[in-house]
Amino acid sequence: MIPPTFDYAAPTTVDEAISALRDAGEDAKVIAGGQSLLPLLRMRFAAPSTLVDLGGVEELRHVREDGDTIVIGAMVTHARVLRDPLVNAHVPLLAQATSTVADRQIRHRGTFAGSLAHADPAGDLPAVALVLGASLEIAGPHGRRVVPASEFFVDYLESVVAPDEVLVAVRVPKQGSWVGRYEKFNRVAQGWALVGVAALVRRENGAIAEARVGLTNMGSTPLRARRAEAALAGADSPAAVGAAAARAADDTRPSDDLLAGADYRRHLAGVLTRRAVASLA
Amino acid sequence: MTRVSMKVDGVEYEDDVEPRTLLVHHLRESLGKVGTVVGCDTSNCGACTVLMTDPEGRKQGIKSCSVLAVQADGREITTIEGLAGPDRTLHPVQRAFHEAHGLQCGFCTPGMIMAAVDLLTENPDPTEAEIREGLEGNLCRCTGYQNIVRAVREASAEIRSAGGDAEPAPPSPRAGEAQTPDSGLPRQDVPDETIPQPVP
Repeated sequence: MIPPTFDYAAPTTVDEAISALRDAGEDAKVIAGGQSLLPLLRMRFAAPSTLVDLGGVEELRHVREDGDTIVIGAMVTHARVLRDPLVNAHVPLLAQATSTVADRQIRHRGTFAGSLAHADPAGDLPAVALVLGASLEIAGPHGRRVVPASEFFVDYLESVVAPDEVLVAVRVPKQGSWVGRYEKFNRVAQGWALVGVAALVRRENGAIAEARVGLTNMGSTPLRARRAEAALAGADSPAAVGAAAARAADDTRPSDDLLAGADYRRHLAGVLTRRAVASLA
Repeated sequence: MTRVSMKVDGVEYEDDVEPRTLLVHHLRESLGKVGTVVGCDTSNCGACTVLMTDPEGRKQGIKSCSVLAVQADGREITTIEGLAGPDRTLHPVQRAFHEAHGLQCGFCTPGMIMAAVDLLTENPDPTEAEIREGLEGNLCRCTGYQNIVRAVREASAEIRSAGGDAEPAPPSPRAGEAQTPDSGLPRQDVPDETIPQPVP
């Protein structure tokens, strides 16, 4: 399978990338690692007029510390996230979740920011970004703006990034005393998650003081399981955690497809929430 | 057309490519590296795995059907054809696949071996579970994986006992003089009907 024809731009700075997008019009597409986009191109589900390749933009390849935040540039690959000392020290949930993404080869090319910009509700990292309270730095012709992850995802494969904008960095707050775990269920090693759960909790005196639960593939965007979160606060026993986790799918409308029925997905959301939170005891 | 230069199995190549050309097609059709195969064309099977340097020069296993040739500009690539030593001594992973019967039909083997080399470069002494997980991006429909895992364990032991690492040997200096540094067919000898034509 061979992708459709497109023009190709290889900018070396963010400004050049934005100019290239502006020149190319709204059918242009940004490519970072390309691990989501190339399969779409090969199957001709996407036919951009121009690909603007961020691969040569050196300024996007950095991970840095900015006060209480770890800033991850748009060209930082999953493999780099996995071995980065700042990420491992301050955002271990991101490292653990990233280790479950696809396979080694894909983690060598795919990027953290790219998997958010792709906005696939079945992708693992959007739900993780949501519970970590990440914010996304977007550059465009009129300057830069920062959007919280909770406002970034619009719909299936759609984010707030405009056609002439580039997601340049993800700002992830340090976990501090919060501990996290990502659990997912899939049929085969590299398959998309049927359902995934990102749990982040803060404990006080042996009980859960606060909890955040993010859901992968339980709707057209990644979601927070607000009812389960509220019920988890104060949970001090496995039974209490189990009862709270059972509410993870409340208010969700997961898809009903060949891979899994909606009821099955709701069931999985509860089970995975319980497993994720229980592992953090 | 876009000009790209890359070093493949020790030889520098410079070519004009269409931006939509996949790296695996460039390797096979322009450079004659037909040892690297296309299995599934959906990023699943890993048969097209080669090693490619990242911007810091670190060699990493990648799926060459999921990378554009233009994205490989300036990078260094090792295919299965560049794995054996200059005197054609098999790489320890190749030898172990041979000796432990790590293949049956052989189609997945080029990618499986490159993925194993990639894994052993990062983790020279993986457990069985780490091998299985490390090769999750490569599918084999014949062996049931048992002998593949055994081969990787044997290769790991051999590489460690020899005190070396899994990095492929440097290519023969004569590779550059010969148009084909390996047994790949030169482009002019590739029968036209075997070359897939792009759909307009």
